[in-house]
Amino acid sequence: MAVAASETYAGPTWLQRNRMIVTPILFLLPGLLFFGLYVVIPIFQSFNISLYRWDGLGEATYIGLANYEELLTDRNFEISLWNNLRWLALYLLAIPLGLGIALFLNQTVMGIRVYKSMFFFPFVLSQVVVGLVFSWFYLPREGLLNGLLTFLGMEPVNVLGDPDLATYGIIAAGLWPQTAYCMILYLTGLNAVDPEQVEAGRLDGAKGWKMLWYVILPQLKPATFIAFVVTIIGALRSFDLISIMTNGGPFGSTRVLSFYMFEKALSEFGFRMGYGSAIAVVLFLIMLVFIGYFLWQMWYDEREARR
Amino acid sequence: MFPTPIQKRSRAAQISYQTLLPLALIMWLLPLIAVMLFSIRPLADFSAGNYWGVPSSFELFANYGRVFFDSDMPRYLLNSVLITVPTVIGAVALSCMTGFALGIYRFRGNLLIFFMFIAGNFVPFQILMVPVRDLTLGLGLYDTKLGLVLFHIAFQTGFCTLFMRNFIRALPYELIEAARVEGVAEWRIFWYVVLPLMRPAIAALSVLIFTFIWNDYFWAIVLTQGPNAQPVTAGITSFNSQFVAQYHLMSAGSIVAAIPPVLMFFLMQRHFIAGLTLGAVK
Repeated sequence: MAVAASETYAGPTWLQRNRMIVTPILFLLPGLLFFGLYVVIPIFQSFNISLYRWDGLGEATYIGLANYEELLTDRNFEISLWNNLRWLALYLLAIPLGLGIALFLNQTVMGIRVYKSMFFFPFVLSQVVVGLVFSWFYLPREGLLNGLLTFLGMEPVNVLGDPDLATYGIIAAGLWPQTAYCMILYLTGLNAVDPEQVEAGRLDGAKGWKMLWYVILPQLKPATFIAFVVTIIGALRSFDLISIMTNGGPFGSTRVLSFYMFEKALSEFGFRMGYGSAIAVVLFLIMLVFIGYFLWQMWYDEREARR
Repeated sequence: MFPTPIQKRSRAAQISYQTLLPLALIMWLLPLIAVMLFSIRPLADFSAGNYWGVPSSFELFANYGRVFFDSDMPRYLLNSVLITVPTVIGAVALSCMTGFALGIYRFRGNLLIFFMFIAGNFVPFQILMVPVRDLTLGLGLYDTKLGLVLFHIAFQTGFCTLFMRNFIRALPYELIEAARVEGVAEWRIFWYVVLPLMRPAIAALSVLIFTFIWNDYFWAIVLTQGPNAQPVTAGITSFNSQFVAQYHLMSAGSIVAAIPPVLMFFLMQRHFIAGLTLGAVK
């Protein structure tokens, strides 16, 4: 009987036996194809293009590391690199500012929810609109900033027309939505702070700053991590605001690597795809340091979670 | 709760908090309020130097009317919709699948693929720019909405996969095991067990991606050129060159361009914030 049964029932098919391998492969396939084609492969292609002289249309000439050698003596590249550092350092202010506003708003009074969303809402605006709003805010004659300054009896300033000030003016505009983002991260984090620990801290006599530093901030660690990730990536990605507010000027003083790359590769000054790619590679390597650190941190959390 | 609830503080503290709130909000939104005030003034006010006084006339309808009937703005808005909506659908669909594969199955390379998606999500756009532009030109999709949509779907899949995978990870695994014991096929588990539970994640992700894509500027200027395909973020610069120095119209235009994602945010606020702050609490 047993033999007969096994003859009529052929057993699970190959597909059924291997379904725990085949299913995830099939489910991953479309996503991996898209992502590979548009994200992963282009990264390697850019590395390759950076070794060529190429105008994007004609024949590309292999020139080895000549593009990178040119970068070493390129004054505009140096300016861009310094501006990237300024962005990175000052953009991080969004984190304490966001925490400050979150602490200010973490109350339960009438209408507080409306206040929270109104404080958050600059984040929803596109960077293009933020850029326009702030360039009009800074206008020498029509701008509100100078309106206020003259009202207070101070000298008007032309923020975006002054090579020493323009980058800071743009960073200030960028901080506006970024602070809102950090604020909402901290508001969510504060919501989940363990009230028992706060109570215990109060019994131990912790108040104000001490309470914030020793009891609250350690519990806000996940929010702080995300705030760091998005702020650093945002700082290095800055492009829209510069393009809208100054287009790199005055006298190229507000360029950053991302903008300079675009200018070299695609603007009216000529299509230098190879040189542009070399700039992109440098920017990529700078970001890779941070990406590597973030991934290492997430990997660590992932392993902790498995235990 | 930290800081100490204001109700437990002195009466004076409560009153000063209540007055500080609206003042702080006005300070915070000052640049935006200035633009809104600009957009309801007549041109005459600007030539007369009356920037902040009482408007000589109230031109809300005239100014916004010109934005809609006297420029390419409606076309740009339509382009934005036609780029954003398909991208949201595509990226969410792809990432539901990748998230399911990475969140449910244990196989070699699972974490590696997952981390590749995360890493790709952080790279600078410029490292992709030249090859992606080339690829789009090669496919004959330069200056088309489809070209932009395809790239956006691919790039957003990175972030969406991170989001979906972590969400699926948090679902009770027993449900899937129970279904397997019952002999339910794997794709049916995806369709009938997991997908219905993912509704809040799909909602949150859709709102987020809508805003991200609507607000994209870089790829719009890299992959498109004219009013045929350009979304409103790129179109606004040509709009502004059409109305150079007419601040009342330019400000009205940029407010119009900003409205859809703002509306989306206020209508779907809970989902939006849930999506944005995923991972901010352990």
